[in-house]
Amino acid sequence: MPETTQRPAAEAPVAETRKLKYGEAVNAALARLLAEVPDSLLYGEDVGKPGGVFGVTRGLRRRFGDRVFDTPISEAAILGSAVGAALMGARPIVEIMWADFSLVALDQLVNQAANARYVSRGAAPAPIVVRTQQGNAPGACAQHSQSLEALLLHVPGLRLAMPRTAQDAHDVLVAAVHADDPVIVVENRSLYFGDKAEVDLGGAPRPMGWSHLRRAGRDVTVVSWGAVAGQALAAAESLAARGVEAEVLELTWLNPVDMDAVLASAARTRRLAVVHEANVTGGFGAEIVARVAEAGIGLDAAPVRIGAPDVRIPAAPGLAAAVLPAAGPIAARIAAMTTA
Amino acid sequence: MDDTERRLADLHAMWRIRALEEKIRELRIGGEEIVGSVHLCIGQEAGPVGACTELGPDDALFATYRGHGWALARGVPAEGIIAECAGRATGVNGGRGGSAYFTAPEHGFHGENSIVGAGLPIAVGAALAGRFDGAGRVAMTVCGDGALNQGASHEALNMAAAFRLPVVFVCENNYWSELTPIDEMVGEPELWRRAAGYGMAGARVDGNDPDAVRAAVREAVERGRSGGGPTLLELMTQRLVGHYIGDVEQYRRPGELDRAREAEPIARLTGELEAAGVPAAAVEDARSRARAEIERAAAAALAAPLADPETAKDHVYA
Repeated sequence: MPETTQRPAAEAPVAETRKLKYGEAVNAALARLLAEVPDSLLYGEDVGKPGGVFGVTRGLRRRFGDRVFDTPISEAAILGSAVGAALMGARPIVEIMWADFSLVALDQLVNQAANARYVSRGAAPAPIVVRTQQGNAPGACAQHSQSLEALLLHVPGLRLAMPRTAQDAHDVLVAAVHADDPVIVVENRSLYFGDKAEVDLGGAPRPMGWSHLRRAGRDVTVVSWGAVAGQALAAAESLAARGVEAEVLELTWLNPVDMDAVLASAARTRRLAVVHEANVTGGFGAEIVARVAEAGIGLDAAPVRIGAPDVRIPAAPGLAAAVLPAAGPIAARIAAMTTA
Repeated sequence: MDDTERRLADLHAMWRIRALEEKIRELRIGGEEIVGSVHLCIGQEAGPVGACTELGPDDALFATYRGHGWALARGVPAEGIIAECAGRATGVNGGRGGSAYFTAPEHGFHGENSIVGAGLPIAVGAALAGRFDGAGRVAMTVCGDGALNQGASHEALNMAAAFRLPVVFVCENNYWSELTPIDEMVGEPELWRRAAGYGMAGARVDGNDPDAVRAAVREAVERGRSGGGPTLLELMTQRLVGHYIGDVEQYRRPGELDRAREAEPIARLTGELEAAGVPAAAVEDARSRARAEIERAAAAALAAPLADPETAKDHVYA
């Protein structure tokens, strides 16, 4: 930490399109935000000088100086200080290195950040942005592989996004930092080092809550989010060869969630499958199914929830592969419901 | 202000808190105006009175659920406090916070907190923001003795020390962590000694003497403002009432309350002023003005409408 510092002037975003990997798109978004939002701060464990354990924040301290810094291994202090800084008007963007680590400091998210606006009737909101990552990668263990979005989605007052593409990884962060709610952005480390894609880095901040119709189809609506949405899309492509046209709706945001798109699609196809990497019990897929049912949309087949079984995630890659949703089994489940 | 005037002002300020707490207790026990869990600070008035005079308008104060006295001393109006406890639309948070969660940023009072220890890392963030926004802000966070055993508190103390942030950590050691004695829950009952372990200044202060508190807080605030980093102050005090209204206090030790009543700050300062020859009328005036103010505030608060149920779902999101 510096002894003294001064606030920079805002810089307008530069209209630019670049070919970037997912992790690079996050980095580009952070650079843009530090430039265009003078009150923004970026900090967390190893994000400053080391540039992040996945290299996502590399180069930002060199470019933006003291506004990018490292912290002790203290998740409660990271999240709590973000709340306090936000109450004073700062725009903290903090990293929780692995989503699993947020559990040691949930108080600051659930009792503090989510509560501040409500009790003060808007006088003292805590618009923090928490970046974290989850998901399974080969060799990870049970405390580094959990999909925890449903835990946080139960909390009124928090926003949550799970971008899958490089463009969404960029756009979600820009939307989050420009929003006045506490936002949790759950990235996925299995995506950080994937293929490069064209990313528009200059677009205006979008309102939270968008989704993508990744594939149109008449036979079944498949709702998915996060990295596993790629598996759902692959499953849909394979089903097309068997004459089943699945509509794949990818939710970038889970709160606010684009229920209008889900309901419209389910009403069209009259079949519904949800696919998430998290285990099934209490998952957000159950919420999607319940809301479709509550909307009174009649379905021609019982809805299907596809996710990990209710197990711990094993370390060995072969064991993990046996429990995580993959395109083949997803396609088989959907095929079974469409012929039912 | 000469010495006698200052001490009379302190007595009046402590009486304001005492009268407020007694009124809230009366309303909680005697009727249905105030419901739910209420934690009073009767006996602990010297801390907020001594400390808050040392804070400037841009400084940020964070308190606990036993925070009525800190809110009042920071300038939050008594009427808004009582109205908040009574679920009125005119309460400082329109009935959303209740007794345990007043938030009044316009007075530099950034919230009570119902989670033990949670305010410490938040105060660290308020000080951290001051590094960048140029406010020259000091953050003060108040906690009880039990809160220093929370993990979040350790993280906050360490981070504040590592970054030399201008935070004043005020621990009100009233000997009781809710219903359990602090000396059975720690290996080192002198909690201020922990400061050295974090690399920050620390002191144990007579928490029943507003002047002693003021001197210690002034030094800590000056240290913070001049870049000297955080301070941990342990204010030794006692609460003359239970952890919450309705607490049967079976845990009290023999003779404890009798000794506490002899040491409590209002009786003590009153006795000192009388011994110094200050006219009885001046001492009585400090008490009666405070009581009259609180009675007026309570009447106004209870005349206000209840918070509108139509608004209960407002302000969850921006």
